[in-house]
Amino acid sequence: MSRRAHAEPDPYSFGSRPYDLVKEFVIALVAVVVLTVVLAAAFSSPDVKAMTIAAWATNDPGDFTTTALAELDSSSTTAGYGPPYNSAAQGQKLGPLAIAKTAGVTHPIDTVDAFVLKPLASVPQNPEVVAAIGAWNSANDDQHAAWTSAYSTALGKAGGDPTKVTPGTYGPVPLMLAQLLNQAQAGSLEGQLMSENGFYHSDYTLPLMFLADGSDLAAEAQTQHLTGTQWGMMNEVGNFPGQPWLAPYTFWYQISPYKTSGNGDALVWGTMGLVGAVLVFVPFIPGLRSVPRLVPVYRLIWREHYRKQKRAAEG
Amino acid sequence: MTATPATPHLVFAPPVNLSGHGHYLHWGFVQISAANIVMIALIGAVFLAALFLPFPKPKGRDGK
Amino acid sequence: MTDLIETTTLPEPTPDPEPAGGWTGALRRRIFETMPPEQLLPDTQPAYVASWIYVFGVLTLTAFLTVVGTGTVLALKGAAWWHVSGTGHYVNSLHLWSVELFMTFMSVHLIAKFFMAAWRGKRALTWITGVIALGASAFTALTGYLVQQNFDSQWIATQAKDGLNSIGVGAYFNPMDFGQMLIWHVALLPLVVSVIVVLHILLVRRRGVVPPLPVRARDEADTPAPEVRA
Repeated sequence: MSRRAHAEPDPYSFGSRPYDLVKEFVIALVAVVVLTVVLAAAFSSPDVKAMTIAAWATNDPGDFTTTALAELDSSSTTAGYGPPYNSAAQGQKLGPLAIAKTAGVTHPIDTVDAFVLKPLASVPQNPEVVAAIGAWNSANDDQHAAWTSAYSTALGKAGGDPTKVTPGTYGPVPLMLAQLLNQAQAGSLEGQLMSENGFYHSDYTLPLMFLADGSDLAAEAQTQHLTGTQWGMMNEVGNFPGQPWLAPYTFWYQISPYKTSGNGDALVWGTMGLVGAVLVFVPFIPGLRSVPRLVPVYRLIWREHYRKQKRAAEG
Repeated sequence: MTATPATPHLVFAPPVNLSGHGHYLHWGFVQISAANIVMIALIGAVFLAALFLPFPKPKGRDGK
Repeated sequence: MTDLIETTTLPEPTPDPEPAGGWTGALRRRIFETMPPEQLLPDTQPAYVASWIYVFGVLTLTAFLTVVGTGTVLALKGAAWWHVSGTGHYVNSLHLWSVELFMTFMSVHLIAKFFMAAWRGKRALTWITGVIALGASAFTALTGYLVQQNFDSQWIATQAKDGLNSIGVGAYFNPMDFGQMLIWHVALLPLVVSVIVVLHILLVRRRGVVPPLPVRARDEADTPAPEVRA
C-alpha cells in the first residue's frame, strides 16, 4: 500500500555518540591501500599481447587474403557497416528512431582505398605490381566486380589458400593482394594504415577494423571466453575476475529478440537506458521504493536502535 | 590456424597465477567464470558479514 | 583587565539592509549557512549509526582515491610503461585491484542504501548522484580497458564500437581512437566522477544520515512511537 511521503525526523532526535570522521577515513584509506598492495602482489594483472597484422598475415595468410579481398570488393563487415563509416547500410534503429543514421558518417572509410590501394601506393613497388595497380585504377566498376567475384569463388574453392588457386580471369587482383600480404607479413601495414591520417597518429580505427574484419581476432576472443554468446562482456582473459556488474547488460544479448534482431545493440542500449532510469528514479517509483519496507534487511541494520526504543517504551 | 598472441608477458611470476586457461561454469544458457562467481560470492559474504557482525557499543554510555 | 577584554571582543553582527562584502560576502554567507563547519566535519553521529554496513561509503571513497593515486603513478610514465617494466606492471596491478575493491565496496554500498530506503527525507538527490556516480565509474572503467594497448583493448574496442554506433554515440566517441580514449580516461572522466562524488558527499553531510525506517508502516509522523514492536 503506498503512503504519502512525510518528513523524516531529525537524525539527532534519537541521541548521538562521539565519532571521529577523519580517523575513520584514515583507517579506511590505510586498510584499502594495504589490501590493494596484497592483492596486486598475489594476483598481478593480465596482459595478453595485442594481435599484430604481421602475426595475423604470417600465421594465417589465407584469412588475411580473404579479408583483403573482401575489402577490395566491398563485401567486408566494415564495407557494409553503415554509419559512422559509410552509407552502405542504414545503421540500427531504436523503434522508429534512426539515431545512428542521424548522427551521420563522421569517420568515413572507403575500404578499397583505405585497406588496399593506399597501402600499396605508400611503398615503392616493382614494375609488375605498378602495372597491376594501374590496371585496377583504369578499369570500371563492372570489371572490378567481375575480377573480385571470380577470385573470391576460386579462393573459396582453394580453402582460402592463395597458393592453391586455379588459374583464371582475375585481372590484377591476385598480384595486388599478394603484395599486400608481403607488406603485412613484413610488419609495415599497421604503420601504413596509421599514417593515412598524417605524421602523428593516435587513432587505431583502420588497423583495428581491418583486423576485426578477419577471423583471427574473434577466434582468439572465443578461446578467451570473451565473445557475446559466451557472456564475454563480463569476462577477463585467463582466470582473472572480470566485470560481474555488467551481467545485467550482457544478459539481454543472450535472449530474443535482442539475440536475433538486426537492431539488437540499439535495443539493448534502449533497455539498459530504461533500467538505468528506473534505478535513478527509484525514490519516486511507487512499489519499487516500498521494497525496503517489505524486505526487512533494515531490521538487522538498525536492530540496536529498535531494541533501545522498545526498552525506552517499556521502561 | 589462428595468430595466437603470446601467453601473458610477466616479468615476475605472481604467487597465484591467474593467467592460465579460464574456468567457466555453465547453467542452461548462463555462462559465468569461476573468478566472477568468487567475486559475487565475496560481495554477498561481505554484505552479510556487515549486517550480522556485532558493532562495538560506545564505551561507558548507552548511546542515548 | 575587563576593559581589555571588552575592547578585543568583536561586535555582535546586526541585521543590515545592505549586507557587507558584495558578491564575496554573499557567497561566504551562503556557504556557511548551507554548510556550517560543524556540519561539514562533525564529531558526533546519530546514535542509530551502529552497524558495519555504514563503513562502505568511506571504503568506496578511499578505494576511489587509491584508484586515482595509482592511476596518477601510471600517468607519470605513460601508457606503454607497464608493458616494459616490472615495476610498471605492479603499479598496473595496484590500479586493477583498487578498481575491483572500488566496484565491490560500491556494490555493497548501493545494495545497503537501497534496503535502508536512504532516499527518504529529501535525500532523493543523494541517491540520484550515487547512481550517476556508478554509471560514470563503469564508463570510466570502459575507457580504462580501452587504453591498455593489449589484446583486451583490441577486442573491447571492436566490440564496444558496435553498441555505441547503434545509438549514434559512436559517431563522436570512438573506442578505437586511443588518443581520445586516453584523455577521457585520464583527465575528463576522473574529473567528472570526482565532481559527482564531492556533490554526493556534500549532500550526505547536508541532510545527515537517514533515520531508521519506522518499524510499523503507519501514516503518523515518524517520531519515536510509544508502542514500537520489534
